[in-house]
Amino acid sequence: MSLLGPLLFGTFLFCLGIYGVIARRNAVLVLMSVELMLNAVNVNLIAFQNLLHQNDTFLTGQVFALFVIAVAAAEVGVGLAIVLNMFRNRASINVDDADLMKW
Amino acid sequence: MTAREVIFTLIAAGGGLAGIGMVTAKNLVHAALYLATTLASIAGVFLVLHADFVAMVQLLVYVGAIAILIIFGLMLTRAPIGREALDSQQRGLGAAIALSMFGVLAALIWQAYDETFRTAQAAEAVGPDSAALGHSIFSSWVLPFEVLSLLLLAALIGAIVLARGEDGESGTAVEESTEVFS
Repeated sequence: MSLLGPLLFGTFLFCLGIYGVIARRNAVLVLMSVELMLNAVNVNLIAFQNLLHQNDTFLTGQVFALFVIAVAAAEVGVGLAIVLNMFRNRASINVDDADLMKW
Repeated sequence: MTAREVIFTLIAAGGGLAGIGMVTAKNLVHAALYLATTLASIAGVFLVLHADFVAMVQLLVYVGAIAILIIFGLMLTRAPIGREALDSQQRGLGAAIALSMFGVLAALIWQAYDETFRTAQAAEAVGPDSAALGHSIFSSWVLPFEVLSLLLLAALIGAIVLARGEDGESGTAVEESTEVFS
């Protein structure tokens, strides 16, 4: 199987995530786009492990993919808690409105 | 083109379309469901690449837990409908940045693939079984694993503390203040 397909798929998802982070205004949608970018990196890790470095005794790619999944779970938990707090304090979760610390 | 590549192409096309739907959806809940579809198709890609255990973890953690968590987050906050309410002014700028980045990265991958990977190309994806993966995690990677579990614990405690709210926020403090005014 060719390595090209998974790499291009991961790149496409990553760029979709970039577009979502820049263009979206709702904080939950921004979080979802960040999740998409993390997943795109996972696709790359798995593809390199299973197609190119099959004899790696440490299984680095797969283990790193699992670690990235766990870190993403922690990130979305804390992120949603922050979004809930922001909604409670400002009655809005638009990232444009979160300008309290803007100089 | 082998059968495996055909399956991969179908799954990746579905995932890409769902991803486009996610970043352009006008309804927040639709966006969350598109995200769940994309994550499930990524699990399918992992299966095609012979990474069975990671595919199952992806299904459990992302499609099972994170998608539900995000839908809860949407329901606990106010969810406006419509493109103007969900998108900021920099939509064109974002599209330009994302498209140019995709062009540059895809060109780089294409070039590098032609030069180096084609000779080192394996015929078929080979993945370790779950036993080998577990052995590797708990022997070679045990210190990062423990640090990661500590990070998860700290993040969950932090999330609970952040989302819990202040004392007397709901009910009691309001009653006391109305008594003072009356």
